[in-house]
Order: sequence, then C-alpha cells, then structure tokens
Amino acid sequence: MSTIPLDEPSERPFEEAIDFDYSLTRWRTLFNLLLTGLSGLATVVALIPLISVLYMLVSHGLARLTEVSVFTALPPTGKDVGGGFGNALQGTLVMVAVASLLSVPFGILVAVYLAEFGKDSTTASVVRFAAKILTGLPSIIAGVFAFAILVMHTGRSSFAGGVGLAVLMLPTIILTAEEALLQVPRKMREAAYGLGCTHTQVVLRVVLPTAIPNIVTGVMLGVARAAGETAPLLFTAAFSYFWLNKLMQPTASLAVFIYRYSGVPYERQVELAWAASLVLVTLVLTINVLAQLITRRAHAHR
Amino acid sequence: MSPALTTDDIIINAKIHKLFYGNFFAVRDTHLAIHHNKITAFIGPSGCGKSSVLRCLNRMNDLVRNFRVEGSVFFRSKDIYAPRVDPVAVRRHIGMVFQQPNPFAMSIFDNVAFGLRLHGMTRDLADRVELALRRAALWDEVKNKLKQSGLALSGGQQQRLCIARAIAPEPAVLLMDEPCSALDPIATGKIEELMKDLKSRYTIVIVTHNLQQASRVADMTGFLYVDTKQGGRTGYLVEYDRTEAIFQDPRDPLTRQYIAGAFG
Amino acid sequence: MSETSSSVVESPPRELPPMVYREPTLSERFFDRFFRGLTWGLAWMTVVLVVGMVVLISVDAWPTLRDSGGREFYSVVWDANRNEFGILTHIWGTLYSSLLALLLGGTLGVAVAIFIAEDFLPSKIRLFLKNLIELLAAIPSVIYGLWGIHVVIPALRAGLHYFPSLLADFSGPSMLSASLVLAIMILPTVTALSRDALESVPPRLREGAYGLGATRWETIRKIVLPTACTGILGAIILAFGRALGETMALAMLVGNSTARDNPLSFNPLLPGQTLAALLANNFPEASDPLQVGALMMAALVLLLITLVVNLFGALIIWRASAQFQGLRS
Repeated sequence: MSTIPLDEPSERPFEEAIDFDYSLTRWRTLFNLLLTGLSGLATVVALIPLISVLYMLVSHGLARLTEVSVFTALPPTGKDVGGGFGNALQGTLVMVAVASLLSVPFGILVAVYLAEFGKDSTTASVVRFAAKILTGLPSIIAGVFAFAILVMHTGRSSFAGGVGLAVLMLPTIILTAEEALLQVPRKMREAAYGLGCTHTQVVLRVVLPTAIPNIVTGVMLGVARAAGETAPLLFTAAFSYFWLNKLMQPTASLAVFIYRYSGVPYERQVELAWAASLVLVTLVLTINVLAQLITRRAHAHR
Repeated sequence: MSPALTTDDIIINAKIHKLFYGNFFAVRDTHLAIHHNKITAFIGPSGCGKSSVLRCLNRMNDLVRNFRVEGSVFFRSKDIYAPRVDPVAVRRHIGMVFQQPNPFAMSIFDNVAFGLRLHGMTRDLADRVELALRRAALWDEVKNKLKQSGLALSGGQQQRLCIARAIAPEPAVLLMDEPCSALDPIATGKIEELMKDLKSRYTIVIVTHNLQQASRVADMTGFLYVDTKQGGRTGYLVEYDRTEAIFQDPRDPLTRQYIAGAFG
Repeated sequence: MSETSSSVVESPPRELPPMVYREPTLSERFFDRFFRGLTWGLAWMTVVLVVGMVVLISVDAWPTLRDSGGREFYSVVWDANRNEFGILTHIWGTLYSSLLALLLGGTLGVAVAIFIAEDFLPSKIRLFLKNLIELLAAIPSVIYGLWGIHVVIPALRAGLHYFPSLLADFSGPSMLSASLVLAIMILPTVTALSRDALESVPPRLREGAYGLGATRWETIRKIVLPTACTGILGAIILAFGRALGETMALAMLVGNSTARDNPLSFNPLLPGQTLAALLANNFPEASDPLQVGALMMAALVLLLITLVVNLFGALIIWRASAQFQGLRS
C-alpha cells in the first residue's frame, strides 16, 4: 500500500529555489553533450574513407587521364609503361548494353504485370518475392549462373558477361518500374477507359508514357550498378588484351581491368588502374546524378 | 481583475511580443498571467496560435527548428527564455499532456515511472507510481495489470495514463494541449473531472477548441483570435479574464461574437 | 492530356461530331489478350529464373557432393591437385569477416543514422550528409579493393609499427584489412535502413519524453531506439547478408590462404579465405569437372546462407512496420 497519503501536501514548497541554468556540472547535461559529440565524430569517421577514396582517385588517376592514349590503347603487358584501357571501356559499354537489352524490356513488362494486370494475385506476390530475392543475390552468384548456363557450353564471352549483369539489373528495374507505374494518377486511367480503351491500350498509351521518366530513373540506377560490377564478369567475360570483334569472345571490362592491375608491382600500371577507377566512378556517378535529375524534372512537371 | 486574484499567486507571467516559425509570424502581443492552483483555458478558432502560446510556456517550441520568440516568460522569479536557461530543466517543472495520447511502448508501470527515473526520484518508486495513477483516477482500472503494455489501454485510459506520467514527477504546472480532442464524450467527462481534482495540487493550463469545455472547467479564460489584416495569419490575445466574465460579459466585441457564434 | 479528353466528352464543341463510345474491335481484343499473356509469362519467368538458378547450381554441384559424401563440409583442405575440396575454412572465413565488419560498420552506421535522422543539424546539412553517405554505396567494390591494397593495408602496417609483437603476425592482406573495408561498404546500407526505422518513430513519442523533461539523448536512448530497434536489427541483418556475398574487396584483401596448423583462427591479423573469394579466384581457371562441381557446391552454400539471412532480415523489417497498432490516431 502507498506510504504517501493522497492528501499529503506536495513535497515542493511554493518558493523553492529553482535552478534552470544550463550547467555542465549536471551529469545528464554533460552526458548529452558527450553523446552528441560521439555521434558527430562517428559521422566524420564514416566520411574519411569517402574523402580518401576520392583523393586517391584524383591524385593517382588524373595524371594518366591527361594522356588521351589511355582511352584508345590496349592494356599493358609485362613491364610496359604505356598502354591503356581502350578495350576495357569498349567491353564495359558493350556488356552493359547487352545487359540492358535483355533486362529492360523484360523488367518493364514484368512490372506492367505486377502494377496493372496481376496486382493482388498470388502470381504477383510470388513474382515480387522472387524479385526481392534477386535484389539480395550476391553478385558473384549471378556470374556462377551465367557460367553454368552459358560458359560451360559456349565458352567465355562478352555475351555471358552481359547475361550475368542482366540478372543483377533485373530486380532493380522490376521494382522501380512497378513503383513508377503505381504512381500514375487514377483519373488518367479512368479517362482512357471512358473513351473505350482496352486495358492494354490504357497501359501502352496512357500509363507507360506517363511513367516513363521514373522508369528511366530505375533503368539508369540498374545500369550504374551493372557498370561497376566485377564479380559476375571474372569468369564469364574474363579478360582480353585485344579489341572485341565478336559478341561470343572473351572481353576486358573496366572493373576487371582494375582488379587485374590493382596488385601489379609496376607503378605505371597501378596508376593506370587508378585512372580506370576514376573513369568508372565518373561514369557511375554521372548516371546516378542524371537519374536523380530526371526524377526531379518529372516531379516538377506534375 | 477580480479581487480574489492577487499578483502574489501568479506562477507564470508570459509576455509574448512576437513569435515566429521561420518567416511565419505566428503570434503577436499576447500578455497573460497564469495563477497558482487555477485552471486557465485558451480558446479561439484554429490557427489562432493558442497551441503555440501554450508550447512557449515550457519551451516545447524549442524543438521546432527556426522557432524564435521575442518577449519573456517568467516562471515565478525566473525568465525561462533568459540566455543561460536549459529548456530541459524547465520542462521538469512545467509538464505537458498532448492532443493525441502518446503512451510509450512499455508497461503501464514503466510509463508512469519514466519521468521519476529520469529525475532520479527512485525512492519509493512503486508508491509514487501508485500515487500518480490514483491521482489520475486510473489506479482501480489498471492495478492488476501494471506489467501490461500502455498501448493495450483504451484511448481515454491512455490519455489518463499520460496525465499520470506527467504528474508523477510533481511538476508545478501542467500544460494540456487539447487533451480530449481524440476522446469520446464519456472519456472526456472523466478527464474534466480529473482536472478539477488536480487543480488543488497543480496549476493547469489547457488549450481547447471546445468552448463548453472551457466554461465547465476553467477559472480563467483567454480568447485568441487570428489577425489576417496584414496579409499573414498572426494570432493574438484578444481578451483574458475570469471565465464567467468571458462567457457572460465579454468586453471585446470580437469575443462576444465568437462566444455567441459558438453557443447560438 | 486526360483533362482535355475528358472535357471533350462532357461538352463537345459545336463543329465536331459528338464523341461516340465504341466497343473494342476483335483485333484490339486479341492484342489485349496477347499482351496480358505476355506479361504474365514474363512475370513467371522471373520466378523460373530464381528457381532455375538454384536447380542449375545444385545439379552441377551434385556429382562432386555424391562422390565425396559431403566431406567438403568438415574438411579444411582445398587442394585441386589432390581433389580435396574442403570448404569449412571458407565458410568460417565468410562468417568471421562478415561479423567483424558488422561489428565495426554496424555500430558506426547506426551512430551516423542517429546523427542524420535526429534533429541535430539544419535539414539542408542533414540532406547533404545523407547524400555523402549514399555516395559511399555508389563506389564500385573493386575500387574499394584497390583502395584497400594501396591505402588501408599500408596504413594498418604503419599503425601496427608501434606494436612489434602484433606486427610479426600481420601479413598485409588479412581478415582485419578485409573487414575494415567491408565495414565501410556495408555502412551505407545500415545507415539508410536505420534512418528509415528512426524516422518512422511517431514524433509524439519524442514529444512525450521531451515534455517530461528528458534531454535529447535520454529521449533517443530510452524512447526512440527501443521503438526503432526492430527496424535497426533488420537493417543490420540485411547488411550482414550483403557482407556475406561481397566478393571483390574480399578477394583482393583477405589473403586467400590459411595456415595449415590453424585454419580456423580468430586472429584478425592473419589472412583468411571466404566462399565468394574462393569462387572469384578459382572459377577463372577451373576446367576439371570435379573442381567445377566443388565450386558450384561452394556457390550453393553461399547462396543458401545469404538467402536465409536476407529472408530473416526482410521478415524483421516487415514485423517492425506493423508495431504501432496500439497507438491510436
């Protein structure tokens, strides 16, 4: 039972000395300040690697980029001091293009099913679940898949590399495109239905055109991710010291180029790896920024 | 002023000249004195700044970025907006109950004990929790389930739990920001009874959009109105007096119009 | 576009003939059917892709597994020349490096999330910081590997110079080097998802605590974090899933070897091996079917571990979003 009776006057006298002043001698106040400092410090610590990476990219990579030949020359062999990553740049572009050709139409049509025709069906939830599983797939497993389905039968090729990248792009495209389609206002669809359109016509003529900017954003994010991926290419497209002539040949890529030249004992060749990294990061960041700009402009037009 | 109200028992003396949120000029020229052990109500149309004024009284507005106030709010002899004042220390003496019941996701007991533990009042913790729950008229309903989550209670019970939580550390003043707006009439009635019981011990300031509620519970009433003449939407205190005076014989035509509109 | 067409329906201008509703033609109906079928088929193809991936890898792994009777799982020796394909060290290394990275990156990531999500700084600066942290996620992992080789390992070696007894153990590429870089790579994931969890805590709970005279950090520690902890746990588990499958930084920094006498060491200064790095290093040269089978088995193990971890993380995040039901609105 209570030892303080209900009607006992409050222990606080009316004119008690009240100390409102901010004071660090109060443990609570000091502790508060300490934790704020620590979390701010954590943020600074987390940004140090970013600054360091960017610094290294510029300080070690920029010098070599002033020699235009690095964009057109073939990779150095032995103790070569020259050379470049021309074929790697070509390989990356070709494989990302292959991956996009495979995954973009596929992904958008799947998203159309999820957002328009399937919606709450069991099929749709199973497919969404599969897409989410693909999102968390380790990138090297995409390479193993491409290896099992293609390389074991037709040998290493840029096409196999493109398939590996496509597997990684697919979930990004499906999920962002579905999101984009769902954002199309209902009154637009209703207007089209009111004119006697079939569901397909509504989708192709009204919903998809309206959603295009946001879908493009999703595609670009997928492309940015694919362009930087290394693991799925290591044993599918592998590497090559020559230009790519046929799709079914092995090919170099910027990412694998960086991997190959990261640990070589020759200063000039490591610099080339940094230069390739700078190009790759610039490529990836540019795509990311463009994607964000497109979304922002699309929203400004609404 | 009524002769019963002397300047001796003024517990809060607020002089808010200008109150801004960023560039938004929210309240002007609101001067009022809150009397000890009385219930003071702020009424007025929505957007008139009554909640903003209430939140000035324990510096809750400090949590809003770009908030700025010109003026002073004296709690007894201390200006709580003086430069070196720690808002956290102010709120320990001037507690608050909010519009939406906001019990924490913990047991009923821990909800009430939260403030006590914060301020190191852990001697006789169980007794103090019981006392607060009794004062909030909730004890009989929850005494057998103190370990249950506060979120399992009904809306009215949740709000009384929040009142118990606010009064447990024995604040001098209790600010209530439309405490019944989310509740049904029966729960509202219980809270109003509770306020009358609590005023012998705490000074209560309440914001309400419900004029009947103000007339039922309040000793003093302040009417705020929103001034749209200068283009903005700046609220200000029109009239502040004993509740009977405001409701039966208001001096300002604006007040008369508002009261008549609401009752007529 | 829709606005104009609907207004035309309502009040056709005099000169135009009135709008006529018409039934879709036969060919339009056929195309509608065809298009729906196409999207349905492709949607199922996504499922087939996932299932097919697991089946295909399992089928290729099966001969090796059958011949050895599963001794790969408790053997610590990977020697292609003797047809010994033990992956226990790799499983150990995968878990150990990921946990170490989680310990570092998780703690730091949650601290950063608090700093960015809570109202410490003006919102413009917070947005800027948030973008900077997201920039960390945009850098390809192979570049982190390159950075690790040329910055982290030399820095660690310089730091260990003051501890000669430890320096003797340090081999450059090691669990520590790899986990440090891995920690930085998972930090954006932890921060982004934890921020979501922190920002979903109802503001009125914070107000309640502040109204009782709690300091900012008392509010964070006693109200915000306990309420957001399920979501933060989910964030950490999903980041763990990412760390388990991360390949390049590990393959470049972990050393890819283990001491014969101490293959399952806790010493982070020693080199180690992981499943993903094993695949990256051996698949390029693999041609012998037995070795390919063993690699497929390692891939399968990696796939299953990450799958379980990711599902668990997603489940927890889903549970976290359904927890404020008692709080009336």
